[in-house]
This record gives sequence, structure tokens and C-alpha cells, in this order.
Amino acid sequence: MEDFNSETDSDYTSYWRDWFISSRGNEYFCEIDEDYLTDRFNLTGLNTEVAYYQYALDLVTDVFDLDADDDLREQIEKSARHLYGLVHARYIVTTRGLAKMVDKLKRGDFGKCPRVMCEGHPLLPMGQHDTPSMSTVRLYCARCEDIYHPKSSRHASIDGAYFGTSFHSMLFQVYPALMPEKSIRRYEPRVFGFKVHASAALARWQDQYREDMKTSLRDVGVEVKYIEDESEDDLEDDDEPLSDAREEKVIGDAASARMDLGN
Amino acid sequence: MSSSEGAPESWISSFCSLMGHEFFAEVSEDFIEDDFNLTGLQSQVPMYKEALEMILDVEPEEDDEEEEEEEEDEDDDEIIGDDKPPGYRRAGERRHARVASDLSVIESSAELLYGLIHQRYITSRPGIQQMLEKYEMQHFGVCPRVYCNGCRVLPVGRSDTPGQETVKLFCPSCQDLYTPPNSRFHSVDGAFFGTTFGCLFFMTFPDLDIGSRMDNSLSALSPTRSSSLTSSSINNQVSPDVPPPNQPVEINGMRTVNFSPGLGPGRIYESRIYGFRVSERSRSGPRMKWLRMKPIDIRELDEMSRYEALHGEGDDDGDTEMGSGNGTAAQNAAIARRKKATMRRRRYNPDQMSINGAEAG
Repeated sequence: MEDFNSETDSDYTSYWRDWFISSRGNEYFCEIDEDYLTDRFNLTGLNTEVAYYQYALDLVTDVFDLDADDDLREQIEKSARHLYGLVHARYIVTTRGLAKMVDKLKRGDFGKCPRVMCEGHPLLPMGQHDTPSMSTVRLYCARCEDIYHPKSSRHASIDGAYFGTSFHSMLFQVYPALMPEKSIRRYEPRVFGFKVHASAALARWQDQYREDMKTSLRDVGVEVKYIEDESEDDLEDDDEPLSDAREEKVIGDAASARMDLGN
Repeated sequence: MSSSEGAPESWISSFCSLMGHEFFAEVSEDFIEDDFNLTGLQSQVPMYKEALEMILDVEPEEDDEEEEEEEEDEDDDEIIGDDKPPGYRRAGERRHARVASDLSVIESSAELLYGLIHQRYITSRPGIQQMLEKYEMQHFGVCPRVYCNGCRVLPVGRSDTPGQETVKLFCPSCQDLYTPPNSRFHSVDGAFFGTTFGCLFFMTFPDLDIGSRMDNSLSALSPTRSSSLTSSSINNQVSPDVPPPNQPVEINGMRTVNFSPGLGPGRIYESRIYGFRVSERSRSGPRMKWLRMKPIDIRELDEMSRYEALHGEGDDDGDTEMGSGNGTAAQNAAIARRKKATMRRRRYNPDQMSINGAEAG
């Protein structure tokens, strides 16, 4: 995979794409290869989607030489950004594109999960729709498997279709090692130190749901592991410190891993 | 010094208008002046008396420029009555020294003290009312989770002891905790809001509409939401199954409509590749659905009546006494829940039962 790490892999300097990638608010995008952009097969169907398609493509590939007034130029510029986004959604599910996005993920370019229990797990950009102008970009956390709004308003206007619905799942299919360990820790609302009944009852129900899922998956031969399970296995040898350690853990992080016990 | 002279603003309102202090309510002076509300804080805050004076903008005594060489302990400042003139002079000297070096110490003490008073104040009747106004004006922001649809959040702490964790945001829609998006809140102590406030707030105002914005934005997202099951299966999202009729108005002391409206089927994200769901059997398949799950029939959460339905009314003597009977009742309930699950699970966690006993007893 090291071969794909370089940001530009052609001698040709791409002014427009360089500018686009480095401009503020476009931090989520990676640079699309020249080769990929010039292969017409990869652009199938986009000519109906993008206005001034040919001019926009010329602009993205830096061969644009049209004397146009400012109005038209602005239109073409807008189309070029749209085109780039749509090609981007296709590009990032290819091997090269995935490798570039993994680099960006490791650099934390997409931000961290806002959920406290995820402890700042790096996020991935995604869209809820593959058709443009349906919804803006969302961020997926692989640890809690939920999606969040970007915290910065400059990212809030990016079209979700520029990343697509499949990208993040594809990434974990190709790089299963990047899949984080899941945790069963949760926030436990308390009032004056006492658990709140409604929340605790829901938590117990959810824990039951999780156990049922584990059981049914075990029946078909799939072992589901959470971080907490492994730490329990390590401690299984002796009884006395075991219960102490658990008691501490429950009090310590105020997020009981054992709420299905009905206490 | 600027707190009393020059600026007409009180210390409290200038503190609350500082950058990053937008979450704080202005504690009323009546609340601070009531000694009962300050019980125990003296031992937690260094230079307590000076800090309290600073918060209340009280000048202890008149400034006296006369130099005194007597070195006195803090406790001696309490002396009143018989040796008043030295007391005056000592106070003057103290203020003089404060300008030089102690001011920053007292300032930080005052902030700590104010935070701890604030933690108590916002659980009081006037305080929680003040926070309600701030909440309704969306001063604390909204939940970043997509399926919470911009539900307003509340600042809470994960600890009541200062200096442990910074302030977090509690979302009533998904009952989860989030880090404030703006980094200027990453230095605000969570203990200044406390662990109790978040839930107590929503218990105090049970009719507060949590999911109000949800419906209009969600219907825009999935127009076939209200349609029948057959047509919604084509939909991108899993349509929420229609809950059975006669849902209770309240469940476990909460309004059913306000009980975590951001959770449950239809509000859980499902990974898809080219439109196909990622299977649970896949190595990278979904594992965290439980976290955002909620029963379609909310009555499933009424554990008491479910237990009674399972066992009949005959043997539920556990709730008559609180002491030893409580432990067995809890154990019985745990066993009853366990009966539903397969025996296999117990084999995988062979220590489950012993822990159960240890925790209940």
C-alpha cells in the first residue's frame, strides 16, 4: 500500500486540485489522481449531473483556456467543485482512494468523536444519500457506530454525496485491522448519586438486547467481543480480587458494565 | 480591586460574561449569603473568606496605608471586638499585600468557590429556573448526533469533585454525554455543574418538549415514515415500527413522549455498502446497536409489572421491606430476567452467578 501514499503521483502539477484541497473547509477531501480523472469510464453519467460539464472537467484537470466573463467563470467554478465532489465519492472507494483516506484518518483530519465514552475516536466523513443536495456531510464513528454532525460550520455545508453512503463501510471491509474494539461502557445518569430509574431500566433492557444479539450470533459461530469481556477473561483465575476489581471499575467510571444484574 | 472600583459590574456578572463561561448562571447574592448553602465549602477552598468577599464584592475594611510588621495567621482575622484598631490595620495590610501577589490566588479561589456554589445553586429552585431560561434560549448548544435532530443539551459534570474532568453536555434525547464542540469549554470544570443537575433538570420539567424539532426534520428525511411497513421496507432507513396502542403516558416516572425520543428503531444508523446492509455476521458488522436501541412497546421497560405478570402476585413480598428483603428481590428479578436468556450464556460467563450474589448481598 505504500505505493499509493504520495499525494501527487504524476509529474504534472495540478493547480486547481491543489488549490481545492488546501482551501479552507475542504479538509475532508483527498486529492483525486490525474489518471482517475482522465479515464472517461470513471465519469460515466456525470455529464448529465454537472452543468458546463466539459469546461468544469477542463478546469479540474488544468487544461481550461476559455475566455469567459466573471459570471460564467463563477458558474464553471461552481460546477467544477460539484464535479470534483461527485468523482471524489467514486474515487474514495477505490484502492488508491481508500489508502489516501486511511492516511487522512490516521492524521485525524476528520476530527474526533464527540461522544465522551468514545474517548476521541477518529471519525470518517460520509453521506446519508448518494444523490447530491439531499443531505450534508456526516461523520461516522466506528467505535459507537453512530453518525454525527461536523462541529465546524464550514464543513456543515459540504454535500454528503461527495463522500457517499458506502465509503466508510468499504474502508473497514478492506482494512479490518482498523476496526476499533467496541466498548460496553455507557453514561449512567445519576441524581444525588442514585441511578435514575427510567434510564437504568432502559440500560438494563439495552444490555439484555446486547446479550441476546451475542447469543444469537454465537449460535451461528460469530464471536462478539467487547473490551470489557477481555479484561474479565484476564482476571478469571482468582476469585477474591476479581470481585474487588469489578466493584472498583463500576464505581470508578460510573458506567456500569454490569447493569444487567438487576441491582 | 477592579471588581469594586472602576467597574460598575459585579464580580459575578463579570465572571459569567467571561469567554468560556457562557454556561454559568448568575448565582443570586441571597443564595451565597445564606451560610447554609455554603456548608463544607470552607475546607475545599483555600483563602475561603477572601474568595467569598471577592465574589460578593465586599470590601472587608477600609484601606489603611500604615505598615504593620505583625505576621498573623488567617484564623486571627476572624477576631472582632476587643482589638478592633489592630484588626483594621491588619486588614489594610492584607489588602496591600493582596495587590502585590495574592490577588491571582484569591481570584482562582473565588472562581473555585463560585463554581462549587454554582453546582449547588443550579439544583435549587431559582437556579434551575434560571438554567431553564438559558436552556430554552439554546445557550448550551445542540446534540451532535444526527438522529437526535438538534436536541438541546445541558452542561453536566461527570464528577462532583473539582479538578477531575471538564464540563460535558448531556443530551436527553439519546441519554448520552458529549464533549462541547468549542474548545473554550475544555477548560471549564465539570464539577461546577455537577452530576445531579442534568437529570434533575428534566425531572423538574417533565413537560419540556425534547423531541419537538425532530418530527419536521425527520419527515423531510424519510417521507414514507408514517406509511405502512411494506412500503417503508424500500426506504433507506429502517422505518420505526408502529408501537402497539395503549402506550402509557408515563413510563418509570418519565413522560413517554419525552423519554429518549432519539433512540429506538429508525433512529439507529445502519452501515450500508451500495445499498446493502452490512451483516451482523461480518467481522466489521454492527455491534453497537444496543446503545441506541429502545423497545417499540415502551411497556417492556415497566419491569415491575412484567415481573408480576411472570410470577403472579403471590410471591412479590420483596417490596414490602427495604432492608434484607430488597437484596433477595433484586436477585429474584435478576434471575427472572436470566430465565429468558438461554442457559448457554451462563456457561460462557461461569462467574456470573457469584458476582450476582456478591453485589446483591
